[in-house]
Amino acid sequence: MSRLTSRFSRLKEENRKGLIVYITAGCPDFATTLRAVRAAEAMGADIIELGIPFSDPMADGPVIQKAAVLALQAGATSRKVLELVGLIRRETDIPVLAMTYVNTILQYGVAGFARDFGAAGMDGVIVPDLPAEEADILEGYRQAGIDVIQFIAPTTAPERIAANCRLASGFIYCISNTGVTGVREVDYREIGRLLDSARRHTPVPLALGFGIGDARAAQAAAQYADAVIVGSAVMDKLMTEGLDGMSRLVAEIRRGLDEGA
Amino acid sequence: MSMKKGRFGQYGGQFVPETVMPSLMELETEYLRLRETAAFQQELARYMTEYVGRPSRLYYAANLTRFYGRGKIFLKREDLLHTGAHKINNAIGQILLAKHMGKTRIVAETGAGQHGVASATVAALFGFPCVVYMGREDVERQALNVFRMKLLGAEVVPVTSGCGTLKDATSEAIRDWVTHIRDTHYIIGSVVGPHPYPMIVRDFQSVIGGEVRRQLQELCGCRPDYIVACVGGGSNAMGIFHPFRDQPGVKMIGVEAAGKGLDTPEHAATLTHGRPGVLHGAYSYLLQDDDGQVTPPYSVSAGLDYPGVGPEHSFFKDKGIVTYTAVTDDEALAAFRRLARTEGIIPALESAHALAYLEELMPGTKADDVIVVCLSGRGDKDVQMVSGIMEGLQCHA
Repeated sequence: MSRLTSRFSRLKEENRKGLIVYITAGCPDFATTLRAVRAAEAMGADIIELGIPFSDPMADGPVIQKAAVLALQAGATSRKVLELVGLIRRETDIPVLAMTYVNTILQYGVAGFARDFGAAGMDGVIVPDLPAEEADILEGYRQAGIDVIQFIAPTTAPERIAANCRLASGFIYCISNTGVTGVREVDYREIGRLLDSARRHTPVPLALGFGIGDARAAQAAAQYADAVIVGSAVMDKLMTEGLDGMSRLVAEIRRGLDEGA
Repeated sequence: MSMKKGRFGQYGGQFVPETVMPSLMELETEYLRLRETAAFQQELARYMTEYVGRPSRLYYAANLTRFYGRGKIFLKREDLLHTGAHKINNAIGQILLAKHMGKTRIVAETGAGQHGVASATVAALFGFPCVVYMGREDVERQALNVFRMKLLGAEVVPVTSGCGTLKDATSEAIRDWVTHIRDTHYIIGSVVGPHPYPMIVRDFQSVIGGEVRRQLQELCGCRPDYIVACVGGGSNAMGIFHPFRDQPGVKMIGVEAAGKGLDTPEHAATLTHGRPGVLHGAYSYLLQDDDGQVTPPYSVSAGLDYPGVGPEHSFFKDKGIVTYTAVTDDEALAAFRRLARTEGIIPALESAHALAYLEELMPGTKADDVIVVCLSGRGDKDVQMVSGIMEGLQCHA
């Protein structure tokens, strides 16, 4: 059983909601990212989504764009993210996914990326500009033990939900509202209906992200999902208040999720 | 990556967030359906004629021909169209699509401002609100076009992310589109972006090459030996090249911006110096570093200042259907002045890149060779900046 699958099984047994924390690798430096991963885990994160910074992140809002700029200015590269995955794996078993735009994988080399990052202990990839239509370029990833996370968006039609569910493994990334990443007020009921229909097609866990910035929003979103994903709010805290501020936010959201259960 | 829909060989594709996939599928279905209806074609033809001012003239540039002392140089006068550039061909086609799809809002990106002006123009004509994203640096160097867009009722949003040029404006337009996907149509300005955009923009721009073929037949009963066009994203070039793609006797040359020189990092010669990668939804040649980070392009011409290029151009390059080359800022500026002096025509700095290539091409042509240069836009928007450059160089126009 993969680290991701066993983490979701345990959450189910404990009747708890999962917390997926996104952290841009190398922002402001890799030592901080390693500490941030450990701090997030200590405060109750179940899964880490490690962002590989990219120069043109078209699915990301201002906060994660800024984090990518800082990371790239400090010299972040795919190879350094790879080293970081290895360092994380030496210290903890927490599932780690890479959030990466497809060009990063293509330029690293599709097969080499799976081989190297898989060997370092990475569990999956989230590629925001790789819809199901193009996902076959990552053929072989699942056999190599790397889940290729599929998406459901508010605009995804019923027949597409079924098709995306068929490709899914690890979990399904459900996008709460039309837009880019960033904290905002969201009515989760609408996407909740799509999640209900996805459940009829797949047993793969559903994680809901985009817009979630605090414990209250996480609670509201978690009603419909097996896990919530928090990214921009975490990076905003990390960039403005440092590790302590980030840790407090993760702890608050964890408490919110546990109280809501 | 080769056998799928929306590909030109291995290039193209749909590398976009799930949120916009349904809209791309709807756009493709609607476009392919409308394209086959006589009503849509008639509506498009009526706007192209009565509003845009097509067909554009194919002008025999006798003075420029005399300057080089050989061949016959014709200029395809897209600069004489309404709004002053070829961009209106695509904008008018896409606004009709948006209307038929029931969209109520327009977003567009712009570099030099020509596509922004064209989008703002058709949005005004059809009564759509329009938001144009434009890099901060371009807002400064194309102030005249910014004012034109505002006058036409568009909101112009300066983009400060990245390097503040066309690439970043495109990313920001995509972010807006993702956010307002249900009611908004994104009028992409070049043969770039995810499928079906490169196909749609190519089809609307192919009117350029189709007219050249007919006009040359009428003027001299001949076909071109050479066609020269500038390439940023590549829409005017694709528009003039595509109808000739199956004619091996027609040599086609796409001219990119070599900026301060191909031996410097400051250029925008994507096909000449890039390698394939994914930017803005398509797999195509791209200026990038070893790690796949897109490198900031540079050109004196805001419209060519883009690190990507249309995927069909990448296909044409690999297949040898079109030859791609590049000219520097200085060569383009010289051609800008040359055309003004010889023919009394001030070209856009973008088009001046195509004209600059004549310096290299003409000495090797035969006396009766027919050369067509796509004069994609007029230079009014550039005169202020060029005057600044010439003063800086202590040069007298």
